[in-house]
Amino acid sequence: MIEVENLTKNYGSYQALKGISFTVKKGEILGFLGPNGAGKTTTMRILTGFFPATSGKAKVAGFDVFEEPLEVKKRIGYLPENVPLYRDMVVSDYLRFTAGIKGIKKMDIGDRVRKVMQDCALTDVSHKLIGELSKGYRQRVGLAQALVNDPEVLILDEPTIGLDPKQIIEIRKLIKNLAGKRTIILSTHILPEVSMTCQRVVIINKGEVVAVDTPQNLTSKIYGRNKLIIRIDGPSGDIQRELKTVRGVDKVEVKEVMSGSVSEYIVDIKEGEDPRRWVASQVVKNGWGLLEMRPLEMSLEEIFIKLVTKE
Amino acid sequence: MRNFYLIFKKELKSYFTSPIAYVVITIFMVISGYFFYNIVATFATISYQATINPMVAKQYGLLNVTEIVVRPLFGNISVIMLLMMPLLTMRLFSEEKKTGTIELLLTYPVTDMEVLLGKFFACLAVFVLMLVLTGTYPLLLIIYGQPEIGPVITGYLGLLVLGASFISLGIFASSLSENQIIAATVAFGALIFFWMMSFSSALVDPSIGKIISYISFTDHLEAFAKGVVDTEDIIYYAVFIILFMFLTLRILESNKWRG
Ligand SMILES: Nc1ncnc2c1ncn2[C@@H]1O[C@H](COP(=O)(O)OP(=O)(O)O)[C@@H](O)[C@H]1O
Ligand SMILES: [Mg+2]
Repeated sequence: MIEVENLTKNYGSYQALKGISFTVKKGEILGFLGPNGAGKTTTMRILTGFFPATSGKAKVAGFDVFEEPLEVKKRIGYLPENVPLYRDMVVSDYLRFTAGIKGIKKMDIGDRVRKVMQDCALTDVSHKLIGELSKGYRQRVGLAQALVNDPEVLILDEPTIGLDPKQIIEIRKLIKNLAGKRTIILSTHILPEVSMTCQRVVIINKGEVVAVDTPQNLTSKIYGRNKLIIRIDGPSGDIQRELKTVRGVDKVEVKEVMSGSVSEYIVDIKEGEDPRRWVASQVVKNGWGLLEMRPLEMSLEEIFIKLVTKE
Repeated sequence: MRNFYLIFKKELKSYFTSPIAYVVITIFMVISGYFFYNIVATFATISYQATINPMVAKQYGLLNVTEIVVRPLFGNISVIMLLMMPLLTMRLFSEEKKTGTIELLLTYPVTDMEVLLGKFFACLAVFVLMLVLTGTYPLLLIIYGQPEIGPVITGYLGLLVLGASFISLGIFASSLSENQIIAATVAFGALIFFWMMSFSSALVDPSIGKIISYISFTDHLEAFAKGVVDTEDIIYYAVFIILFMFLTLRILESNKWRG
């Protein structure tokens, strides 16, 4: 549905995109991850035809973004990063305007607008000025204008940025409900929604693709299940020495000193071993207090930091 | 065509949801009304003196409403336009750039041309409303005097094409900056320049002077107020309008390249 090939973009002498390539299949939700300044917004602006790339190719819904921009624009819904809306317009008028300009037939506009206001839970504020709405509502108006023409492709630039936790959950739920027949690209630098909603992740940093994979694979590829976190009450030096002798344990490090004699340790496990029971009995045998033991699961944030900081 | 109409409608509406249009129209009417009153009062004084002193009548030639009231009135209105029109055009692109709404607008399936024409004609519509309101002045003259109708009509035609030229240039200025004050200032500066440049035509070589006064607004306006519509003047304004529309399209385009 979306094919990006060797895209570059120069702002003056600064190269914001250094040849990125990826594809998104029909019906897929792709997470587009990267820290601030990675080039996410730049890529999305190219895909939506706001400005052209310096070189490279981009196709959306089978149309070349540079050669047939109008065809592409008819088929996408775009939510820009800071949700720029006409503050002096009433919500329903604004959505009627966007529906019209996106080519919805005049007789269908009323129905479309009503439907999209329902989907985005905007019916209550339909007669309010956009400028008077809270950030969360504005975000939904932004989403509604993107959806009003029932587009095949949705491009959402950091759709949860600047929202409070409750609003974030609502917007994420909304986006998840949109999945299915639509193809969605969603960018973010605060990743939890990606592990929740996306089937695939493209990680970019400094204008380059660093990794492409499923959120699950990314987790196991980098860390696997080869680390344990153990919280023990006891003398730190002895514990490290003794645990290292346990079968299947490779390395032991103090992760964090908690309070008094309690510390958290990270235990590296040798390939294919599961030393949990041996570790436990070793701790008990020495008379220390075993307070907690769990496998270390990297969050997407941690993976992400790991990926982009290893050069 | 539909996109043009949708943008036109939206822009026109937004003129009247903010106080801008009301304030500009009100001030415009107050000042032009004041000038009209003064001109008529002057005319009345002269007429009165003429009735008791034939010398005065001789001095002013035929006491002609068209010469003494209608022409100065159009002259005054065009100067007030010079001061007011940049306030109507300044927000058209600047605001969209500042708030970022231009990004959504230009990623909708519309062409730059449709966007530009929609904005241009919305502003022109507000301007035409202003002109229609000033129509009360000639109407009063027609009721209480016998002005020639011809120069009134051509005078309005002149104001219309002049206003359209101001709008075209103002929109261009607005496309240059996301700051409305800068957009308005650039428009003022450019308009005053095009207005005043004919003054320097007397100071230079006649062949160059001719070119200068051709480029300036002023000479082209004269004929309209005299009741003459010359195709040359119409072509001048048409070229002026199209030139700045074209430049605006180029700016929109180049913004895209620069990002
Ligand atoms: N209009 C612009 N002019 C110059 N540099 C820009 C412009 N827009 C973005 N950049 C630069 O390009 C890089 C990528 O920006 P952007 O695509 O906005 O990143 P992201 O959305 O991932 O935070 C940044 O270093 C940013 O400073
Ligand atoms: Mg961004």
